[in-house]
Formats: sequence, C-alpha cells, structure tokens
Amino acid sequence: MSFLLQHISTRHIGAAKNAYALQDVTLSIKQGEQVALIGPSGAGKTSLLHTLAGALQPAGGTVQMFDIDPWTAAVGVRHAVRARLFLAPQTPPLPPRQRVVNAVLAGMLPRWSLWQALASLVKPRDPAAAYAALARFDLQDKLYARVDRLSGGERQRCGLARALVSNAEAFLIDEPLSALDPTLAVQTLNVLLHETRQRRATLVCSLHQVELARAHFPRIVGLRDGRIVFDAAGSEVSDAMIAALYQNRQDELLVPAGSDVPVDDLDAGPIPRC
Amino acid sequence: MNMHVLSASDAQRDPAWRGRIAGAIVALLILWPMLTQAEFKPWILFDAQSLQATGNFLASFFPPAHAPDFLQMVASATWETVAMATAGMALAMAGAIPLTLLATDRLSISRLGRHRSSPIAFACRHAIRWFLIVLRSVPELVWALLLVRIVGLGPTAGVIAIALTYCGMLGKVYADILESSDDAACDALLRNGSGRLGAFFYGALPDASAELVSYTIYRWECAIRGSVVMGFVGAGGLGQRMDESIKMMAGGELSTMLLVFVLLVAAADGVSALLRRRLD
Repeated sequence: MSFLLQHISTRHIGAAKNAYALQDVTLSIKQGEQVALIGPSGAGKTSLLHTLAGALQPAGGTVQMFDIDPWTAAVGVRHAVRARLFLAPQTPPLPPRQRVVNAVLAGMLPRWSLWQALASLVKPRDPAAAYAALARFDLQDKLYARVDRLSGGERQRCGLARALVSNAEAFLIDEPLSALDPTLAVQTLNVLLHETRQRRATLVCSLHQVELARAHFPRIVGLRDGRIVFDAAGSEVSDAMIAALYQNRQDELLVPAGSDVPVDDLDAGPIPRC
Repeated sequence: MNMHVLSASDAQRDPAWRGRIAGAIVALLILWPMLTQAEFKPWILFDAQSLQATGNFLASFFPPAHAPDFLQMVASATWETVAMATAGMALAMAGAIPLTLLATDRLSISRLGRHRSSPIAFACRHAIRWFLIVLRSVPELVWALLLVRIVGLGPTAGVIAIALTYCGMLGKVYADILESSDDAACDALLRNGSGRLGAFFYGALPDASAELVSYTIYRWECAIRGSVVMGFVGAGGLGQRMDESIKMMAGGELSTMLLVFVLLVAAADGVSALLRRRLD
C-alpha cells in the first residue's frame, strides 16, 4: 500500500479555524496505481497531494505512507519516508539562476551525501542521467542552459525531468500540464504514465484537463469543496458525474443572497458516489 | 441583504490604512524627543566662528602630503589596514556561516507541514540568535579596547574585534537574506527528502548568492573603515597614523590618507559590482 488516508481533514494555511481545505477524506492508493485528481479550482487537490506527501500535517484523521504514519513517527523517520516519494508542485521550484543540469540532478539529493552534492555543483555528477531525463521531454539541448532562459512550459517539463532522475516509489504531481499546449500535454502525460508504469511506481496527478484524465488514467478521484465526490475507474466516469463535479462553478459567486443553500451543500445532493 | 451590502463596503476599505496613519503619528512622536535629546542644532555649523575654524582646517589639507617616505609609510599602513579588515572578515565569516545555517528557520525539517518547528529546534535557533545579538551589540571599538589590554597594542586586537562584531552582524543579515528569498525551491527539495545542507546549496543559495556576496563585500568595506577607527585606540594600521597626524595638526598628511581611504572604498565597490555581474 502506497498511501492510506482515513477521515482526513486539513486546514488552509493561516485561515480561520473552521476553514477546511479537506474534510473527512478517506482514500487508499495501492503501489503502482495511477490516479488522476480532478475538480474545480479550490477543491483541495493541492492540499490532498501535500497530505499524501507528508508535506502537510492533517488537523484530523490518520495518514499512512508506505505503511508508516509520518506524524506519529520521529522527525528523522518521517523525512526518510519523504525521500521515497516525489512531490512536484504546480509552479516548478527551480531557482532562476541555477543551471538546468543542477536543477534536474537535485532530484538525486536524497541519495547523495553532502560531499557528493557539493562536488556535483563543481562538476555535474551524472550529466548522462540528467540528459536522458530531459530527452524524455525534448529538452536535452537545454542541459547546460540557465533556468531563467527557459520558457514557462520548458521549466515545467524541467521540473518533471527532476522527478524522473529521482528513484521515488511514488510520484505526486500537481498539474503538470498547466503551462503546456495540448500536443505537448499529451506527450508529457504519456511520459509520466509510461515511466511510472515501468518503475512500478505510484502516480497521483492533479489535472484540470478532464478529458485527458478520462482517456489516460485507470482511476479518477473527483474532489469538490474538500470532499471526495467520486472515486471511480476512468472508464466508469460518466459525463453526468463530471457535470455534477463542475456544476455552478462559474456562477457560484453570483448565488442569490436570499438563497439559504450554501455552496457547500450542493454536492451533498444526489451526486453519484462510487 | 443589508448585511451583504455592509460587508461589501467593509471589504472595499483598505485594512492597512489605519495602521499606516497610526504608524506615521507614532514615528513622529518618537522622533521629535530624540532630536531634542541629541541636541540636534545644525545651525551651529554656520556661525562665523565655526566657518572660520572649518576654513582654516580645510586650507591646511592642500596640498596633500606626498613626500616619498611618507607615501611609503602610508602604503604599508594601508596594507596593514586592509589585511586587518580582511583577516577579521574571514574569521567573522567562518563563524557566521555555520551559525546562520543553524539559526535560519528555512532549513528546518521539523517545521515541514506544520508551520512551526519542534520546541527543541526552536529553542536552539533562538539561543543562536541571542548569541549573535550579544556579539554585535558590543561595538568593535569596545572589543578592541578590551582586547588591547589582553593581547597588547597592534593589529591582533583589531582582527579579533572585527571578527567578533562582524560575526554577529553577518550571521543576522545572512539569515534574514535567506529567509526573505523565495522559499519554493528550498522547500520543494526538503519535502522530497533532501538533507538540510543539500537543500541549502541547491535550493536557497542560487537565489540568494548575489545578495549575500554584495552584503559581504559591503561589510568588508565597513571593516576597512572600522579597522581605521580601531587604529585610533592603538590597533595599528592607517588609523593609528591618522591619529598621529591629527594630533600634529598635519592637514596635508590627513588629506593624503583620506584620499587613500576614498580609493579603498571605491575599490570595494568595484569588487562588489564585478562579483555581482559574475553571479547574475
């Protein structure tokens, strides 16, 4: 079992006490599964990924990563578990002045000793691995370029190349396609799916492109207002389920003031839960 | 309905406005007694007697002293001053860098996902911050006066004095620079299981390096000035020569040394610009 969440609730950082990003979320993901997280903006996709990664302590409920509860374990144990997974944030966290080769090889840091890491800043330790990872995303020419010379889409793929050089057993990737055109988005997604399948690694990926999620992922989790609305096989997700998931999103700010129905209650209605 | 209208006009009010007005009033209230306390009377500079004294002193500055043996003495004193500042800075950095890495919250692993670090780590960080405060709250001149009693007259006292005070300053500002730079890169590495120093060298340093270097060079410039001041209390170098010239009312010698001084500061500025360009 890669991940097991039971009745998780998390708070937004710095928000009021009752503002929950996730509420009563229960989810289990087996090793090697490929899961897409979909849902409107603010649904809690990023909070869920961070909770899975041990990067956000839940306010309630229990988390297990690789059968270890990181928040009852010692700090050192928790940190060792983090090295077994790779969390890629939506904005690629690459220092602008760094060279691409170092930015990519930073994915190997958990495996390196400090001296290896320092030596690699002087002379890259494994440029071949960085080159191969970049080549998967057609970025091999940028190996020795500086990160600030890359376009937004190139940076995003550079961040994913960093994920590929890590030897993580689970990849938690937040909107990897947000800065890519439709063709590149499909190619990039295919690389991620193929690589994780080959390594028998788990892939949890939040996506805004619902159609890509339905076409490529064996399992889809729909999130809205911090709750899991459905959790189904990709082929079983119907248009009606998607419509319900994204219902009223454009209009929600214009809900008539007289109406007593808070937005939160909308998904408590007859929406299929699987 | 009404409540919604009210909250809408509330929402449009800038919440920072009142705080800014209050802050400005408090600043004025504090500043005014300070100026009176400091006997700030700039018009004294311009009464006839002061202008006369200033004029006489400035007239003696020209021409700057340029006898060969004097210039040679100035050169060796300058070298001593630069060496004192550089050695002091090197020792200060040797102390400040590890203390910074211990003091900064940015490299905390226990804070990840919880927005606060463990109590022990928090206590350690604060203990180090207090240590840095103690180091820099004693001016280098005071350290030098104390050390001259211990190690005797000469540059050693100056070097140690600079090392102590500047260690405190560098450690504090290094930590501040690290904490005010973008945390995304460093945090992402820590969240993926990197060690603290790995995350520092690959995540925090690339973004902060230019600012760290420029601040370090600026402090080196300050250390050169500081070592001159310490020369006045017997720590050697250009300051000691300056003290002698002032006592002999030798304006020409003083102006030569002040010129050397301007050149030294300009050189530090040039080095800083060069390094920043290299890093950018």
